[in-house]
Amino acid sequence: MIAQGTAPALKYTAQNDAAEAIHVENLHKRFGELHVLKGVSLSARDGEVIAIIGGSGSGKSTLLRCINCLENPTSGIVRVNGEEIRMKADSHGHTVPADRKQIERIRSKLGMVFQNFNLWSHMTLIENVIEVPVHVLGVKRDVAIAEAEKLLARVGLAEKRDVYPAYLSGGQQQRAAIARALAINPRVMLFDEPTSALDPELIGEVLKVIGDLAREGRTMVLVTHEMKFAREVATHVVYLYNGLVEEEGPPEQIFGAPKSERLKQFIRNIG
Amino acid sequence: MAVETTIVNVAARASLWLQPHRIVLIVTGLALVFAAAFFMRWDWLPQYYEMALVGLWRTLWILVVTCTLGFLLAVPLGLAQAAGPFWLAAPAKAFCTIIRGTPLLLQLWLLYYGLGSLFPQYPWVRESWMWPYLRQAWPYGVLALTLSFAGYEGEVMRGAFAGVPKGQLEAARAFGMSRWKTLRRIWLPQAFYRALPTLTGETVLQLKSTPLVATISVIDIFAVSSKVRQSTFLTYEPLLLLALIYMAITGILVFALGKIEARIPNKIG
Repeated sequence: MIAQGTAPALKYTAQNDAAEAIHVENLHKRFGELHVLKGVSLSARDGEVIAIIGGSGSGKSTLLRCINCLENPTSGIVRVNGEEIRMKADSHGHTVPADRKQIERIRSKLGMVFQNFNLWSHMTLIENVIEVPVHVLGVKRDVAIAEAEKLLARVGLAEKRDVYPAYLSGGQQQRAAIARALAINPRVMLFDEPTSALDPELIGEVLKVIGDLAREGRTMVLVTHEMKFAREVATHVVYLYNGLVEEEGPPEQIFGAPKSERLKQFIRNIG
Repeated sequence: MAVETTIVNVAARASLWLQPHRIVLIVTGLALVFAAAFFMRWDWLPQYYEMALVGLWRTLWILVVTCTLGFLLAVPLGLAQAAGPFWLAAPAKAFCTIIRGTPLLLQLWLLYYGLGSLFPQYPWVRESWMWPYLRQAWPYGVLALTLSFAGYEGEVMRGAFAGVPKGQLEAARAFGMSRWKTLRRIWLPQAFYRALPTLTGETVLQLKSTPLVATISVIDIFAVSSKVRQSTFLTYEPLLLLALIYMAITGILVFALGKIEARIPNKIG
C-alpha cells in the first residue's frame, strides 16, 4: 500500500505493513539497586522516526543504548531486523549477549550517533568515515573513500576531509559523526541526544542534517530534548517517565493534546 | 648574475646569524677541541679503533633489541593493569612494582650470577639447544634490560591505555568492531601516541643503563673505554670520548624519535 513515486512528504507516514526494523518488548534494566527501565516496549517500522522524550533520569538514553547492547538489558526482548538478540547470564549473573558474532553483526547495521560525538581523534574525518566500512564490513578502500567523500559533502564537510576532529567545532564534529554512521548504510539510525553537548548556535546545522535524513524516509530512533524538532520530524513520539512509557502517539497528539498530567507538565516546563 | 646574487644572499644571511655571542661560543668550542686534540694523548686511538666499533655496535643493538622487546612486553602489561580482570591485573602490577622497586644492577646480577649459576647444575640444560646461549653473558644482559624496560613502560602504557576516552572505545563497539579490532585500530594507536613523548625519554634512559652489562663481562662501548684506561693509564681521554659518543647517540635518538612524534596527529583527545 506504499505510495510509489510520490515526492517525499515532509513527514513520511510509515505503513503498518512496513517491516519492523526494531522491536523492543518488556525491557527491564537494573544498575544494581537502581531500576532504570521497568518494562518498556517500542517498535520502529521501516521509514518511521521514533522520538523518545522525557526528563533526565527517565531512562531514555538507557533504552536507546539497550537496542545495540551498549547497555545489556536485564530482561526483555530486543529484535533488530526481525532477529532477536540472544542473551545469557555470565559468571557474575549479569545478562550479556550470548553470541558475540551476532551482536557485532547486528551493531554493524545500526548507525549510532552519540551526545559527545566520539569521533576517533587519531584519524582524520575521511579515515573516521571509512574505518567501519573497510575494517568491519570489508568494503574495498577506494570504494569506501569515494562513498565517504559523498557523505562528507552531504553533511557539508567536503573540505574538511583531511582534518582531525580536534580542529573542528562541535557542530562539525557531530555532522561528521552522522556521516560516519551513514557510511555503514545502516538499517536504523540511533541518535542519543545528538545536540545536547552543542553550543546553542551550532544546534541548527546538526538538526538540519538529521531533519533531511528523516524527510528521506530513513528509519531513526532519536532521543532528544529538542521538542520543536521532535514535533517536526517524528512520526511517533514516546514519552518516558521513571522507566515506563507514560504516553505515546503521533506528535500532534503528544504535543497538541497530551492526556497524561505528567506529560502536560513536562511540555509546559520545557516549552 | 644569478650565482652572484645567491652568494650575496648566503653571505648576508651568514652575517646576520654570526652575532657576537655566537662567535664567542664558536671560538670557545673550537679552542676546547683543539686543546683536547693537541694537549691530550690520542695515539692509542688506531690501536683500539676496531674494538671500539665492535663495542659501539653491541651497545646499539642491545639498546634497540631491549627497547623493542621491552615495549612489546609493556603493551600487555599495561593493558592487563588498565582493563584486565583481577587475576591478570594483579600479577602485572606486581611485576611492574618489583622491577621499578629494585636497582637494575641487582636484577642483572641476580639473573647472571643467580640464574646463570643454577643452569649448569642440570645436565638436561647443558644438553639442550639453549646451552650455547645460556653459557654466554649477553643473554642475561638482554633479559635484564628487557624486563626492566618492560616494567617501567608497562606502567607508562597503563596510564596511556586508561587515558584514551571511553566514548571512542564505545563508538568502536557500537559499530560492531570486535574487541581485538578495537584494540588494534583504536585503543593501541591512541595509547601509543599518548605514550610516545615519555617513551622517547625512557629510551634515552635505557641507553644510559646499557653500560651495566659491562659488569657481567659483556664488552660494550663502556667496557672498551675501561679497557683503554687500564692498559694505557690514561684517565680523561677515553672517558671524554665515551661521553661524546653517548651524547651523539642521544642526540640522534632524540632527533629520530622527535621526527616520529612530529608526524602523529596532535591534540589527541
